[in-house]
Amino acid sequence: MPQKATRDAFGEAIVKAGEKYPQLVVLDADLAKSTKSEGFAKKYPSRFFEMGIAEANMVGTAAGLALAGKVPFCCSFACFITGRFDTVRISVAYSKANVRLVGSHAGIAIGDDGYSQQGLEDVAAMRSLPGMTIVQPADDVETEAAVDYLCRHVGPTYLRTTRQKLERVNDPATYKFELGKVVELLPGGTDAAIFATGGEVAFALQAAQALKQEGLSVGVVNVHTIKPLDTAAVIRIAQQAKAVVTAEDHQINGGLGSAVAEALAEAGVGRKLLRIGLKDTFGESGTPEELLAHFKMDAKGITGQVRDFLKS
Amino acid sequence: MPGPSTAEAQSDVQRLQQISRKLRIDIIETLAKAGSGHPGGSLSAIDVITCLYFSRMRLDPKRPDWADRDRFILSKGHAVPAQYVAMAEAGYFSRDLLKTLRTLGSPLQGHPVNHLLPGIEAPTGSLGQGMSVAQGMALASKLDGDRFHVFCMIGDGESQEGQIWEAAMSAPKFKLDTLTVILDYNHGQIDGHTEEVMPLEPVADKWRAFNWNVLSIDGHDHAQILGALDQARAHKGGPTFIIANTVKGKGVSFMENQIAWHGAAPNKEQTEKALAELRAPAPGGKA
Repeated sequence: MPQKATRDAFGEAIVKAGEKYPQLVVLDADLAKSTKSEGFAKKYPSRFFEMGIAEANMVGTAAGLALAGKVPFCCSFACFITGRFDTVRISVAYSKANVRLVGSHAGIAIGDDGYSQQGLEDVAAMRSLPGMTIVQPADDVETEAAVDYLCRHVGPTYLRTTRQKLERVNDPATYKFELGKVVELLPGGTDAAIFATGGEVAFALQAAQALKQEGLSVGVVNVHTIKPLDTAAVIRIAQQAKAVVTAEDHQINGGLGSAVAEALAEAGVGRKLLRIGLKDTFGESGTPEELLAHFKMDAKGITGQVRDFLKS
Repeated sequence: MPGPSTAEAQSDVQRLQQISRKLRIDIIETLAKAGSGHPGGSLSAIDVITCLYFSRMRLDPKRPDWADRDRFILSKGHAVPAQYVAMAEAGYFSRDLLKTLRTLGSPLQGHPVNHLLPGIEAPTGSLGQGMSVAQGMALASKLDGDRFHVFCMIGDGESQEGQIWEAAMSAPKFKLDTLTVILDYNHGQIDGHTEEVMPLEPVADKWRAFNWNVLSIDGHDHAQILGALDQARAHKGGPTFIIANTVKGKGVSFMENQIAWHGAAPNKEQTEKALAELRAPAPGGKA
């Protein structure tokens, strides 16, 4: 299967969208080469704003552009956008400004730059803000479709992209992005249902295949919209399985794992729950492969964690 | 510069002085009714706000969402009573609404909120943010061929926020002559005198060093305010920074330069005393 980083897919998608949506503008904070907004900057220099290493000002400026009718994509690393939380909270969320915050370099899988550059609490922070929509595509196909959708969406949005290449999990011929709807990539798991997001989706699929060889029925659900969560689908799918697993390249607290736990508990659906991700610990340096293996978040790690969990 | 003729300009200044005097009364009454709020910074800001709303901003209170309107962002959002009374006077909403300031369900929140009150452009009050938002609007205006001007008022205490200086660096880069920032330089903040809390001087030099067109005026002199706003709008190639030298609590003798009045509403007796002063004929006919 082809592989592409969702940041690259994002960069290509906004170049395309720039033609279709004249109100689209892009801001970056000295990371255009990394977030991949540079393609847009080259093609539409008058609609691109290099804000320098000053993310709070960038986020506030994006809010002003949005409040005056523009559709800004405001790009930096996930951790740096989240680091300017109060500006996101007031200037973007509270103002209901039509800003798309784009946090790239999500998760430990960015590799050797280490924890300070790894977005690991961004979803938790964004999820706490009223009205903030959170989208994390699982591959290039989903990213392109999500960006096109977000150009028309109204309201504050957080788009989370990856530095590393992701295995394609969606069929470009048939894929349609529906905000707030999960995609059941492997339906009907009766032993466990894995709700995965972003880079963890492809690994979850591989893990489900491996576990099938061991006689375990494991379903995989791609949760590209973490907020608003597709609560009805989460409940329905969880009820069909004996156990529930979440997988995300993020802290297990406050992100997808917490969102699923809340949805199930509130509905009175009692299922054993395994949350895969960073278990209340910091990231560190290493190759992406080493880190994903270390934190048991690659296909093998997920397979092992789910196997042990189902036995316990 | 003011008006086509000196006589007309003078009468405009007198008209604005009368409005400011009335709005000071409205501020005191509104804060007294609310029982909390920030009189000091509202009274220091009101003369500039009067000149914006009643003379120099292009606006239509009946069409607060008019795309080509000039924008005003009060980044020092705690002084919003000054903006609310000006907006009520201008006809954005009924004066009765002023009585609901800071009460549950009121669009007149303790700090301004755009989506609750048409005419408010952005939520502010978490200090340091309004100038970036104003810059974004000014950029949007530039992109569309200078459709409108953006005025933003910041505080001197607020200038201690790092984000202010991020925006100070970026607005000249984008040659934002669609942006005018006004410093309400009243020298007071909650913990004391601004120069004691965190020195801001030499403030004019700082902004000049950041490549702003810097003007310094008496922020209670309506003719000077109008002149500076006109110079700012006429200035091309970059943003203008107006240092409005003001007095915290201006117009109410016992509030002037008293830090205690940063964030306290007057009681009944104090309200009566303040209103009596504000209603008394001004010495020499000056408001």
